[in-house]
Amino acid sequence: MKKMLGKRAVSSFVSLMVLIVLVFFLSRLTGDPAALYLPVDASEAMRENFREIHGLNDPVLVQFGRYLSDLVQLDFGDSLRKARPAIDVVLESFVWTLQLALITMALVTVAAIIVGSIAAFNVGRPFDRFASVLSLIGASAPDFWIAIVGIVLFSVNFGWLPTSGTGTVWHWILPICVLFIRPFGLILQIVRGSMINALGSPYVKTARAKGVKNRPVIFVHTLRNAMLPVITVIGDQAAALLNGAVVVETIFGFPGVGKLMIDSILQRDFNVILAAIMVTAIAIFIMNILIDIAYALLDPRIRA
Amino acid sequence: MADHLLEVRDLSVRFHTVNGMVNAVNGISWHLDRGETLAILGESGSGKSVSASAIMNLIDMPPGEITSGEILFDGQDLLKASEEDRRRLNGKRISMIFQDPLGHLNPVYPVGWQIAETAMAHGRSKTEAYERALQLMERVGIPDAKASMGKYPHEFSGGQRQRLMIAMALVLKPDILIADEPTTALDVTVQAEVLSLLEELQEETGMGLLLITHDLGVVAEAADRAVVMEGGRIVESGTPRDLYHNAQHPYTRKLLAAAPGKGEMREGAQTSAPILEVRDLKKSYGVFDALKGANFDLHAGETLAVVGESGSGKSTIARLMLRLEEASGGTVAWKGEDILTKSPKEMGKLRRQLQMVFQDPTQSLNPHMSVYDIISEAWVIHPDILPKAKWRARVEELLEQVGLQPEHALRYPHQFSGGQRQRIAIARALALEPDLIICDEAVSALDVSIQAQVIALLGELRDRLGIAFIFIAHDLPVVRDFADRVLVMKRGEIVEQGPVRQIFEAPKQGYTQRLLAAGLDSDPDVQAERRHARLALADA
Repeated sequence: MKKMLGKRAVSSFVSLMVLIVLVFFLSRLTGDPAALYLPVDASEAMRENFREIHGLNDPVLVQFGRYLSDLVQLDFGDSLRKARPAIDVVLESFVWTLQLALITMALVTVAAIIVGSIAAFNVGRPFDRFASVLSLIGASAPDFWIAIVGIVLFSVNFGWLPTSGTGTVWHWILPICVLFIRPFGLILQIVRGSMINALGSPYVKTARAKGVKNRPVIFVHTLRNAMLPVITVIGDQAAALLNGAVVVETIFGFPGVGKLMIDSILQRDFNVILAAIMVTAIAIFIMNILIDIAYALLDPRIRA
Repeated sequence: MADHLLEVRDLSVRFHTVNGMVNAVNGISWHLDRGETLAILGESGSGKSVSASAIMNLIDMPPGEITSGEILFDGQDLLKASEEDRRRLNGKRISMIFQDPLGHLNPVYPVGWQIAETAMAHGRSKTEAYERALQLMERVGIPDAKASMGKYPHEFSGGQRQRLMIAMALVLKPDILIADEPTTALDVTVQAEVLSLLEELQEETGMGLLLITHDLGVVAEAADRAVVMEGGRIVESGTPRDLYHNAQHPYTRKLLAAAPGKGEMREGAQTSAPILEVRDLKKSYGVFDALKGANFDLHAGETLAVVGESGSGKSTIARLMLRLEEASGGTVAWKGEDILTKSPKEMGKLRRQLQMVFQDPTQSLNPHMSVYDIISEAWVIHPDILPKAKWRARVEELLEQVGLQPEHALRYPHQFSGGQRQRIAIARALALEPDLIICDEAVSALDVSIQAQVIALLGELRDRLGIAFIFIAHDLPVVRDFADRVLVMKRGEIVEQGPVRQIFEAPKQGYTQRLLAAGLDSDPDVQAERRHARLALADA
């Protein structure tokens, strides 16, 4: 298991390095950073001054070295708009996104496993049909549309929930519900298929031939095996949420990392963008390792 | 009527499928007593496993439906008992083991726990359950049983896994053990060991053993009585000796006639120079040597059998010769030229002369291609063989050659039975007019009667077209009937090679002798002798 984790850590680390290099050169390839950072109507003197201050006149490799050493110290420079270290701004938003993602994924996982399993026990019956249609709609409905419909219905018409912001518990309900739908639909389908497979597997037959009671047949023998393919999908979906649910965060004015990125792009706050990319990349890197650990804990064949 | 420990009376089971109702078994009756072994003999689709599933309450309903009959255990009709009562019997008084022990053991739990679970499911304490599990693992011969309890199924060999299954089934000393093809996936020597173990355990506990099998040899070796099933009905029953010498029903006779290993052995005459010379062929995977230097020749039109148990390296030879994998060393001279140093382009041309037929025709035929496309694809790759105008006629001709109908060309693989699919695979190989066909366990997955037909077909093609064969197989009786010469392999090495008669009648190496002694013969008398020979070898 240690060996496998070591391997995975190395390969994730390599992809992180590639990302770091790519980000640097892409930001240089897209043109003069001075043009990117400064307003369109900035004077040539201002630009030159900007280049001088930020060392943009140095050779590219020297700049790259400086960029790397800054990265190691998690120093991304200051946010141009907020006059605070970019990393602080990003981490602040990231905590919001992290909470939103974790709560949503926890709910999704529990709900999808329960509904998917019940569907699998009742293949072809009305509950199963209903769950399948539900999951198909969930997996294919565009979240911006659901978000807007949600606001119109529950905030505007009924006035039950706030439209945006984060002040109270009520503020969380709509964003979580909207983010819940797509991964729920997807994971429900995987759970159902995987459960049907496991229920029909030879080892379940063995368990029944041994006289094992129904409950342990399902919860001990079937569920753990059925979870193996599900975990991977949960990981993917959680990673997508950690990246910042850009659309949903923007619509609900939720101060997460997705909204921060969009705002920073519009405001040309390049340091913040860079910091946000790095923080989410590291988060996904950690996420993947957690998924690998969970997988190895569930399946002894992986541990070798 | 005399009371039996277990009696199935007039049982009928049918399944609702997309193609309508299928009667799996039709009014079958049999009984089993304490200390007795009853074999249910049948080919795939005969319904031989259905009554066992009904006894264990393993038939899913729907789609299954038990339409008539009773299953009396200790005088009580199981079909009328409650679910909970039946669960209490399963694993405690009636146990079952299955064909594929890897699939039937839960991959994510330690085997010790899985064995103990049988006892815990029936109310034994954890301590007692684990004690029993350890005792049984020792009894069935798992090395270092205590440490092995914490290991997982994938860490054991196939034979050990079946021993673990047996331990799991016998934890609570059941009155009846049902074994559904318990040795089918195992090597011959392991099969003999597992059957002996079952017999010993039966003597110790006095349990009744129900042995479901397709193998006449298993019946001859282990059964006291046997029933023969065909198409969901019992066509004949009796002692193995009765059935062998006095079969009444045509189906039983057909099965007996199809059993391999009874024909004339071939006297291969080597006249010409060899067309294939393999020298010091090696393959290593990291530190593991799959093939440790093989040397052999093959002559035109000759059939060379490669026999050995799983992991002996017999398939590796084929894969290296066809460059499906790259060898670690050695030479393979085909008509004087080394295949292993050919460029991919030259190799592509050479493949035309060297064809392969695989074990599982379901997987080796593309399900999305019609039979016509499958066979004619060869001519797309090698356009110089045949002008396109003649493809249709040639496909039809090939289909007739392998015993199929010309109109089958437009069908798809799933519309054929296993034996027919293997015929299609053979037709595909023939399309290139090869000089050598390598058959890798090409008949192992087929029912005995189908196997006999496919072997007859291969023999006919050999005689008519002069094709040489390398015939990789673990099934010795088939090899005995079909081969000119035999290579015996063990752990990546050729331990013995020679003409078929020499190998089968005067084997020199101890390993070959053990392999032959472990093989099961369909004649109970021959099998009894062989069993003595096996036990003598084991003692020596």
